[in-house]
Amino acid sequence: MNWFHHRILPILVVVAAIFALWYVGSIGLNARWAYDKAKRAEISLSFSEMVADTWSQEKPKLPAPHQVAAEIWKTTGDMAINGRMFSKRSLIYHGWITLSATVLGFVLGSILGILLAVGIVHNRAMDMSVMPWIIASQTIPIIAIAPMVIVVLNAVGISGLLPKAIISMYLSFFPVVVGMVKGLRSADQMQIDQMRTWFASRPQTFWKLRLPGSMPYLFTSLKVAMAAALVGAIVAELPINQNGGLGARMLVGSYYGQTIQIWSALIAAAVLAACLVALIGVIEAMTLRRMGMKR
Amino acid sequence: MNDTVIKADGLSLTFETNDGPVHALKNISLEIKKGEFVSFIGPSGCGKTTFLRVMADLERPTAGSITINGVTPEAARMARAYGYVFQAAGLYPWRTIGGNIRLPLEIMGYARSEQMQRLQHVLELVDLVGFERKFPWQLSGGMQQRASIARALAFDADILLMDEPFGALDEIVRDHLNEQLLKLWAKTNKTIGFVTHSIPEAVYLSTRIVVMSPRPGRITDVIESSLPAERPLDIRDSPEFLEIAHRVRDGLRAGHAYDD
Repeated sequence: MNWFHHRILPILVVVAAIFALWYVGSIGLNARWAYDKAKRAEISLSFSEMVADTWSQEKPKLPAPHQVAAEIWKTTGDMAINGRMFSKRSLIYHGWITLSATVLGFVLGSILGILLAVGIVHNRAMDMSVMPWIIASQTIPIIAIAPMVIVVLNAVGISGLLPKAIISMYLSFFPVVVGMVKGLRSADQMQIDQMRTWFASRPQTFWKLRLPGSMPYLFTSLKVAMAAALVGAIVAELPINQNGGLGARMLVGSYYGQTIQIWSALIAAAVLAACLVALIGVIEAMTLRRMGMKR
Repeated sequence: MNDTVIKADGLSLTFETNDGPVHALKNISLEIKKGEFVSFIGPSGCGKTTFLRVMADLERPTAGSITINGVTPEAARMARAYGYVFQAAGLYPWRTIGGNIRLPLEIMGYARSEQMQRLQHVLELVDLVGFERKFPWQLSGGMQQRASIARALAFDADILLMDEPFGALDEIVRDHLNEQLLKLWAKTNKTIGFVTHSIPEAVYLSTRIVVMSPRPGRITDVIESSLPAERPLDIRDSPEFLEIAHRVRDGLRAGHAYDD
């Protein structure tokens, strides 16, 4: 019972508040269209009729939660039951496309980030020269260079998954570099001196002290990187109509004013991000426990 | 036969800082013989830790000479001639106590079976048998510091350099560890350099006490202890003990009067 009070209840309260705001918001934003329709049909709406209308429009400005939920069910569970899980109209299909680009970009970005961090920590010249470029790279709006990257790569014959993964990588390597540089430098001067008294080589100091010491920092930055990778994959799907993906789904939705479809893709992306970040959290807990660092 | 282990001659070390040069050590000459227990005592800034770090090749002197086992500190460090115990235990939280003690052995390339054998031996020396599978956070501060001493002993160097190893521990634990350290020293016959700022600790442990004073860091007195090798804790109430402690205190006071 205590557990319920401390952990579940606060979450439920926040979720309930969000839903309440959402429903009120969709009344406010969709009311005008409801009245316009009524005016054209020359009928007058009571308040309850108006509310009912704002929550059931076909192309509302802000769809109500139950409309989005129904759309998500229609394009996931319902299709799965009917054996059309990977149909082109299914959110699972689009989610899978985005997921594969996200994961590939995340893996590439993490490897790049770790390698850069190792270089920066061990080489003063690299510390001075590379770090400013890494920071500068993140000040360029990704939405501006994503189309260029895709067009340029397409021109040299690379298309499909890889261009999207490269944009994911571009966003996700940054938190890994920053976190790992901090993590690899987290060993204090005393521990470095201690290694020196044992006449340890640089690789020994790296593998036995710096790398294990950086693990808590690594996992924190991997979580940020995963979220960034997903954003990168979706942004990469927006500029040109790609063959599917949650970003493409949002784009098509916006072409045809299908707000319910946009919102369901949005929610699917959020759920996907939450699952991926939670997965890293589980791996983190397992790793740190095995290392004896989690009490 | 030459039994000099550490020999410093006119040793000076000056740090260049933004506020001008700081004379951490000035014209230090000292000889330490095999099997001695030498304490360095003095107020902070007197260079006692710096002197120990010079012996360990963690700092380079700017003038004078120093040899460890007849060679430079660097060569001694490369030959793994000394174990160094820092102020904090500095155990790796991701390694067990056994793993921490084996760490220098892994680095030095000892075979696995030899590592385990040495681990058991030093665990016995510091009275930590049965704790090798525990992680550092499961142990008290005093036990952690004992583990760090075991780690410094694991590769069986003849010299043990200790920089205020018990400084962060409470009085009761400290007394206990002092007693254990003396027993350990008697058993292993190592040469020990021990930095402290506690007069009773220095007098209780040492065969020789080097009193230092700051600005510039220098030796003001070297006191040979007349205490017997066998030292129960209550020796600290004996007249000889108090007399030595008095002389140390005088030495410290003289060093201070110089600059106030």
